[in-house]
Amino acid sequence: MVGLVVTALSFVVDVATGPAMLPLRSVALSVVGLSGDATVDAIVWAIRLPVALMALAVGAALGLSGALMQTILNNPLASSYTLGISAGAGFGAALVIVAGPPLWLTEGQAIPLAAMAFAGVACAIVHLVGRLRGATPEMLVLAGIALLFLFQALLSLLQFLASQEALQQIVFWLFGSLQKATWTKISVVGAVVAGCTPFLVRDLWRLTALKLGDERARGLGVEVGGLRLRALVLISVLTGAAVAFVGTIGFIGLVAPHIARILLGEDQRIFLPGAALAGALLLSMASVASKTIIPGTLFPIGIVTALVGVPFFVWLVLGNRRAYW
Amino acid sequence: MQDVGVRYGAVPALAAISLIALASEVLVLVGPNGSGKSSLVRSVAGIQRHDGQVGFADPQGPRPRSSVRIGYVPQDIGSRTALTVTETVLLGRIGQLGLRVSDADLDAVKAVLASLDVLHLAARHLGELSGGQRQLVFLAQALAAEPDVLLLDEPTSALDVRHQLEVLEIVRSITAERGLATVVVLHDLNAAARFADRIAVLDGGRLYGTGAPAATLTAAMLGDVFGIEAHVAVHGDGRPSVTPLRAIRGRTAA
Ligand SMILES: Nc1ncnc2c1ncn2[C@@H]1O[C@H](COP(=O)(O)OP(=O)(O)O)[C@@H](O)[C@H]1O
Ligand SMILES: [Mg+2]
Repeated sequence: MVGLVVTALSFVVDVATGPAMLPLRSVALSVVGLSGDATVDAIVWAIRLPVALMALAVGAALGLSGALMQTILNNPLASSYTLGISAGAGFGAALVIVAGPPLWLTEGQAIPLAAMAFAGVACAIVHLVGRLRGATPEMLVLAGIALLFLFQALLSLLQFLASQEALQQIVFWLFGSLQKATWTKISVVGAVVAGCTPFLVRDLWRLTALKLGDERARGLGVEVGGLRLRALVLISVLTGAAVAFVGTIGFIGLVAPHIARILLGEDQRIFLPGAALAGALLLSMASVASKTIIPGTLFPIGIVTALVGVPFFVWLVLGNRRAYW
Repeated sequence: MQDVGVRYGAVPALAAISLIALASEVLVLVGPNGSGKSSLVRSVAGIQRHDGQVGFADPQGPRPRSSVRIGYVPQDIGSRTALTVTETVLLGRIGQLGLRVSDADLDAVKAVLASLDVLHLAARHLGELSGGQRQLVFLAQALAAEPDVLLLDEPTSALDVRHQLEVLEIVRSITAERGLATVVVLHDLNAAARFADRIAVLDGGRLYGTGAPAATLTAAMLGDVFGIEAHVAVHGDGRPSVTPLRAIRGRTAA
């Protein structure tokens, strides 16, 4: 509840701030459609609102995928970012930037699709490792870390081969940016998050059982392999959608679940929505910070998330020293 | 079960075990470390690949595994999670839980926790419990499932003497009341002697023998299987007690 209010507040501040330094009153009037000033309307409806909503949608997708990852791998360091899923998506996008889109697609369509496809490839590899006999969650984590290095190496290779122009585009993309948000992109990310929900609802208790370890979960009748596969599919879709439009943003997928865990516990019925909310809040706050650290300048969001999130996270962890791991 | 065998890779851990656990009966498995007790219990629980067959039946005839509720408590493997005791025990009823937890489920959880004397822990996190408290919670989880078959792998290894007695008494009375088929792995031979209706002795993955406590817990068996010299006394109630004297030189139990 409190989380919802704080997130709503952050969203409002996000809409209210920006390089154009509009007075609060005219922004508010424009949002409710009473402004009458075309410039203000353009800024608010084409930039401020999309960016602020995108921050919420992407933050939620990252928080949710990170939470799922930590649950199915039973590991506090798991997230799409730390385990190479985001790196896979990033590589997919860079591939399109360097090699150009296939003929029948525009670059704007091909980049998200490639990002999702390679997030899927990364998840599929993690899944295949899990199919090995005697595979443990630790082995899956190791596979993910190996993927991180593999895709980073491939990405470096692409950057090495890329033209000056493509290189700039890749780097900008790797920093992460909300500025290219459009209503279409927001709908896609929002639809992906919403679309994952019914699938998750079916498995909430089974995911909770997984927190007791594979042996106990199996003893409770949970088909552990199938559950992990279903979760990995959702993770690749969520990560792919998030990374596809705003680039690789680290930290949120890792930290949002911890915030939810500390505040709400690990009953997945509240933990997963909590992590999504925490992710939305973190990215929204980062979006505000990216505009206000130096007024009039826009910092890349990927850099700011960590700057804003780390102090907040440290404060939470230090204030709450119960042993979870 | 018939001809149950388990191998890990090429290493056979269990060979052709045939054993029956009866309803309303506590069958206790004893045997040295690595003799295959856990492997056997895991096979029955359905989480261990094995040869041979594990079957379930009631007086009307064989029952498919899917219709049999199994309450399985693995050997204690620490679980550090932010789940509460209530949430953990609720998971025992995972088959019937929805997005909203019904009052009936919550009441059942409370009743089980109370019967094991741990209701005061209900809101605590699992990671904050002692080993013994955790064992009680997982036993509660198995009982909350209202199982037909109860499988307990060393359920008392971390309990103090009083709780050991209490737990085994509860297990025995529930087994009798609800007509469960209960299999318990125990290291404490005297506890086995007191609480078992029947004992099965495993040795190096084979079934050494099975029968009433007085018939299985003999000095000869203790020498053969455990490699110890022991004094065995049979009491008025027909149950033996074992006083270990010394390890037999030149024999190492597996
Ligand atoms: N996951 C495993 N991989 C390989 N060997 C195993 C595994 N689990 C058990 N074993 C081996 O199988 C044998 C029986 O083990 P177990 O059933 O756990 O014995 P117990 O419970 O009687 O101590 C032992 O020799 C043990 O080393
Ligand atoms: Mg064992």
